[in-house]
Order: sequence, then C-alpha cells, then structure tokens
Amino acid sequence: MSQVCDYRKLDEILEKHRYDSASIIAILQETQEEYHYLPREAFDYYAQKLKMPIAKVFSIATFYENFSLEPKGKYVIKVCDGTACHVRKSIPVLERLRKELGLSEGKVTTDDQLFTVEIVSCLGACGLAPAITVNEKVIGLLTPDKAAEILAELKEGESHAKA
Amino acid sequence: MSSGIVMIDNIPVEINGEANLLALIRKAGIDLPTFCYYSELSVYGACRMCVVETKKGAIEAACSTPPQDGMEIFTNTPRLKRYRKMILELLLSNHCRDCTICEKNGQCKLQELAERFGISRVRFANTADQSPLDTSSLAIVRDKSKCILCGDCVRMCHEVQNVGAIDFISRGAKISVSTAFDEPIANSSCVGCGQCAAVCPTGAIIIRRNTDQVWEALSDPQTKVVFQIAPAVRVGLGGKMGQAQGENLMGKIVAALRRMGADEVFDTATGADFTVLEEANEFLGRLDSGEKLPLFTSCCPAWINYAEKNHPDLLSNISSCRSPMQMFSSMLKEQFKHSNRTVVVVAVMPCTAKKEEAARREFLDDTGQPYTDCVITTQELIAMIKESGLVFSELEPEAVDMPFGTMSGAGIIFGVTGGVTEAVLRRISVNKSNGALRSLAFTGVRGMAGVKETKLMYGDREVKIAIVSGLKNAEELILKIKSGESYYDFVEVMACPGGCVAGAGQPTVNNAAKQKRGQGLYDADRMSSIKRSEENPIMMSVYSGLLKGKVHHLLHVDYAASYKERQQSLQEKGCPK
Repeated sequence: MSQVCDYRKLDEILEKHRYDSASIIAILQETQEEYHYLPREAFDYYAQKLKMPIAKVFSIATFYENFSLEPKGKYVIKVCDGTACHVRKSIPVLERLRKELGLSEGKVTTDDQLFTVEIVSCLGACGLAPAITVNEKVIGLLTPDKAAEILAELKEGESHAKA
Repeated sequence: MSSGIVMIDNIPVEINGEANLLALIRKAGIDLPTFCYYSELSVYGACRMCVVETKKGAIEAACSTPPQDGMEIFTNTPRLKRYRKMILELLLSNHCRDCTICEKNGQCKLQELAERFGISRVRFANTADQSPLDTSSLAIVRDKSKCILCGDCVRMCHEVQNVGAIDFISRGAKISVSTAFDEPIANSSCVGCGQCAAVCPTGAIIIRRNTDQVWEALSDPQTKVVFQIAPAVRVGLGGKMGQAQGENLMGKIVAALRRMGADEVFDTATGADFTVLEEANEFLGRLDSGEKLPLFTSCCPAWINYAEKNHPDLLSNISSCRSPMQMFSSMLKEQFKHSNRTVVVVAVMPCTAKKEEAARREFLDDTGQPYTDCVITTQELIAMIKESGLVFSELEPEAVDMPFGTMSGAGIIFGVTGGVTEAVLRRISVNKSNGALRSLAFTGVRGMAGVKETKLMYGDREVKIAIVSGLKNAEELILKIKSGESYYDFVEVMACPGGCVAGAGQPTVNNAAKQKRGQGLYDADRMSSIKRSEENPIMMSVYSGLLKGKVHHLLHVDYAASYKERQQSLQEKGCPK
C-alpha cells in the first residue's frame, strides 16, 4: 500500500460519482482538491476501478493545465499574467515572489513543500490588477513589496503554528 | 439503394449508403489522400488531407461530412492543393526526415504523399522530437520523431483491441502519443498484437526486426537452421511479390528459404495438427467432466497476454495446448537434438506477438534456450527475399522437408478466424463422411465477421461455440459470459480482426485483400487430400516415437500456474499487486 494515497478517500470520491468513467474530470478535480496534485497511485486505482485505460486517464490529466502531477506546496500562489495584470506589472510581482522563495520557472515548489508559485492566464479579477490568489483567496492591487509582505505573514503564521 | 446524387468535380455520383463523402469520392475513382482515416476506426478528422471545396467556397473534411443529395464539391482546386501542400510541409517540419535509413522507407504514407504532391522543400526549421526510441517491447519499436499525431494507433489500440496502452499525452506543441507517465511500452497494458504498427502511416511504430539474427545463423556453418512457416504467411506475400493477392505461395517461400541457406523447412500447419489433436482431447475431457468451460483457445499469443493482464481468473479456462508454433518448435528441437550442429529454429509468422511468445519463460528448454530461437514476420521474410536478390516470380515451388512433410487442410486453415474451431470440429464430429465435413463449413464458422456463433450436436449434447477476432469483441463476449448472459462450451479468440491472415506481421492491406487471403487458405484446404488432423500420416509415428512420454512436457503449458508464480515472486519482492 502506498503512503501517499488513502484509498478509502479515493473510494469515497468514486462512489460519489457512481464509478462512472464519464465523470473522470470531476473525479480528478476532487482528487486534486484533496491532495493538491494527482498522486500516481490514483491513476492506477481509478483506471482499474473505472475500467478505463490508464493511458486515457493520464491523457485527460495532462490535457488540462489545471491538473498537476507534481506535489504542490501548502500555499499555492497563482500569479495572474492576463493582459490587464501584465500591463499593470504582474511580472515584477512574480519575480519578487520567486526571489523571496528561491524559485524559478523550472522549480515551482519550495523544498519545505510550503509554497508553490504558478503563472495563470487570467483570474477574472482584472479590476484588481495585478492580482494573485493564495490558495483560493484573491489578493489584488499588488506591488512587489506587498507580495513580499504577504509571504512574510504566511511564513510567520507557519512558525507560530510550529511553536 | 440510391439516396441522391452528389456532384463531384462536375460529375454526378450516386449515394449508395456511403457514410461519408470520402467513401463516395473514392468510389468515384478519386484517391483522396488521408492519414487518419480507416473505415474500421472512428472518424477523427485530424489530418485534413481529405479536404474538399464546396461550391460556395467552404472547405470541409470529406471523412467527417455525410453525403447529401444535391451537394456540389470539388476535390482538386488550386486552393485545396495549396492547403494540402502546406499541411505536408508542416508535418515534415517536425518529422525526422532520414528516409533512407527508416524501416518504413518505401512504405511510408508521408513519404508517398510528399512525393505525390511534389514537396521539394520545407521552409520551416526542423523541430522533430529528439526523445530516444522505445525498444522495450519485443514486438514493436516506437519512434516519436516520426509521429504525425494522426491517432490511428490510439484508436486501433483502444477501439478495436480494447487495450488502450497509448493515448495522446499533453496538448498543443507538447502533445505526443505515449503511454501513461511516458513509461516504456513494455510496462504498459500492451499485448504485442502490433495492430498499431499496421495502421501507422509512418515509421513512428514499426515491427521489431530480427532478420540480422536469422542472416547470422544462416551464414554460420556451425548451425543447423530449421524454419517453420505459419499458414497465414503463404497467402500474405502475394501483393508485395508481384503475385495475386491471397495466392498460396508456400512452394516459392520454401524454395526461397532453401536458396538463402535454410537447412530444413517445415510447415507450422503440421504443428497445428498436433494442436488440434491435443486441444480436441482436452475439450472432450472438459465436456465430460463439465469443468472449466468454456474452453478458450490458446493459439494467439496476444490473446494470452490480454487474458493475463485483464482476466487472470480465466487463465485456467484457456487450453493448456501450446500454440502450433511452440508445439512444433519443441518437437523440432527434440527431433534434431542429436545434431552435431547448434539447431536454430526460426518461425516465420504473420504475427508480432509471436516474438514475445517465443521469449516467454515457459518456452525455454532445460538449458534456458528458447525452443523458438527467432521469430520473423511475413514482412521481414519479404525484406530478406528482396535483400538476397532472389527474383520471386521465377522461383520454382518446392515441398517442405521430411519427416514432418505432411499436414492436413485443418492445420492450414488455422490462419483465418474460425479455422481453429473448424479444425477441432472436424476432429470431434462423429460423422466422418465427406458430406458432413463439407457442411461444417456452412455452420457459421467461416467469414470475416468479428463475432460468430455456432452449435453442434455431440452425442446427445448440444455444444455451443463462439468465435471472436479483435480483442474488443473478445472483451464483450467475456463480459457476457461472466454475467451469465451467454453460455458457450468453446471459444476461439484471435486478437487480430479476421485472424492471422490480418496479423500485424503481414503486409498491410484492405479488408477485401484480407478476405482473399482467407479464401487462399480455404482453397489450400480444399486441394489438400488430408482434411482432418488425425489423418495426418505422421501422427502415429510421432506420438509413438518422438513424443512418447513427452506429450505434456513438449506440447502443453500451464499459463494459470505461471501467472500465480509470477504474482508470488512479485509479492516477495514487495511490489504491490
């Protein structure tokens, strides 16, 4: 048995969708909600339970940008680089976040599995440009300094939680 | 029945149930180019080579447009020509263009269409995939740099074979056809049937080639090279060798192999005769005891792979008979065991999965050497004949060697779907008259249909039989059996639709030609003076001689037991499931 996956949780998700292979996208979405990414074990398990080829499940998971095959950090920060955010200087925000966390285009998650920084095309919050989301929370009208402050707050919260 | 008229390039063409414009246009004698269209697969409409122009100037893909009365289309306007050229140029821009050293050289659809449309330069930088070849499978080799993303292999694997080992991975510029997690194909659910290679228009999926191994054995004076030729091979070469499609060319093949240096040449149909006797015995035994029915046939290695990967619970229902190739190889090794040279058994097969079968652990002799040393496909045989410079049309037909020089018609029809069943029925039918034998052919065992059913009285019992080809058909039948919806006593399964005549090792042809190949085997059966396997005169002497006390050791296999063994050793190693 794997340490990553709780098969009871996967069963729960499958049951909710009545083991219907046509609901594979919703099933994968809920799995990702649970684990913040799609663990490999889930592919084997779903393919077997839904009686569909694992290559098909993998094909669907890799088609949508939103699905991640890599484990993500506790805080997933999505930096909007849609047209509005871009012209209102989203890239300096992104660069600052990456610099503070030691991340890059190729390395999106910190080693302590706390932060993931991603670029998305549009969050639909153009009025607040430049905007980011931290997990599901939208934060707008950002500057590089404000972004750094948010990081500092989150880090502080974490060290309190530990203590 | 006509349902209207379509004007194709100003010529009226009658609609007669054609599912799409493409079929209608081809009926009108215009060879509209395609990469992604196969009538037996779903319509995909990806390659856009079959585009036509309507009178209003709209561009439609003919493959995915149903014909309608009153349509007016053009197939060859300057605009269409420009589009097709551009598509080809773009395809070539991210395609490996080392045509001269490509296995598909001369048989590549991309090469053919590039030539046909006069592509003399590609204006774009080459961005072909640089990932290494996937040589993990013994049956096929994958080369992503030659993939044009037509999806033929994906649909074949999933829709026809129900395997789904490969699919489109990622999207946009990063898209590729691959396995889940881009694993080597050997680690996937692939069963080695090779049908993906049969539909691949380019060299992206090819049959693994083993001809070098054969040439080496042939040129080595220390080896005795023994060939066996499968039934379907003799009717598979015609089209590529300037002979009639489906013509029985066994005599010429024997002659060619001897000229190349073969020491002994035999007919796998002889091996099939032993399969018939053993399998009929086993079947009657199971009918008597009522245990482990239905009995599934075991001749098709891709089916065995499929059952192991998807229905391990059915393995004990599969006949314990080795396939004709394996039976014959172990007999040949036994026959020549006192030879002062190393005996190399080469099997010429219509099949890619046979390459995997030959390497199975169950089929290694006591020294760890495979009974079948090497498997080459019909296509590889053709390549060897061409390489050796033999003019095939001028070869004088020759007979196979003794002591296995006789075979029955029943053994020969193994190469076509329903053949194994008919051969077994000939053996077990109580009425041995000629009339009874002929009428067997009309019980529903013949024909290229994917699912066939028949019934036969055995004593006072009605024996129910199903014959399936294509693994999707097999899967559906198995589900019906498991749910209790259907009952059968005997089920013949062939992985390739149509049986071995349509195997992936054969030159790729259309359905009409596959039918001709099947007919070629039935013709050979009709011309054979020995119709039933048990009438093969070598039976007595072989059973009382070579096989005495060794029938089980040389002719049988227990797939269920070896599956259990493998699972156990996996568990001991700590791998889950």
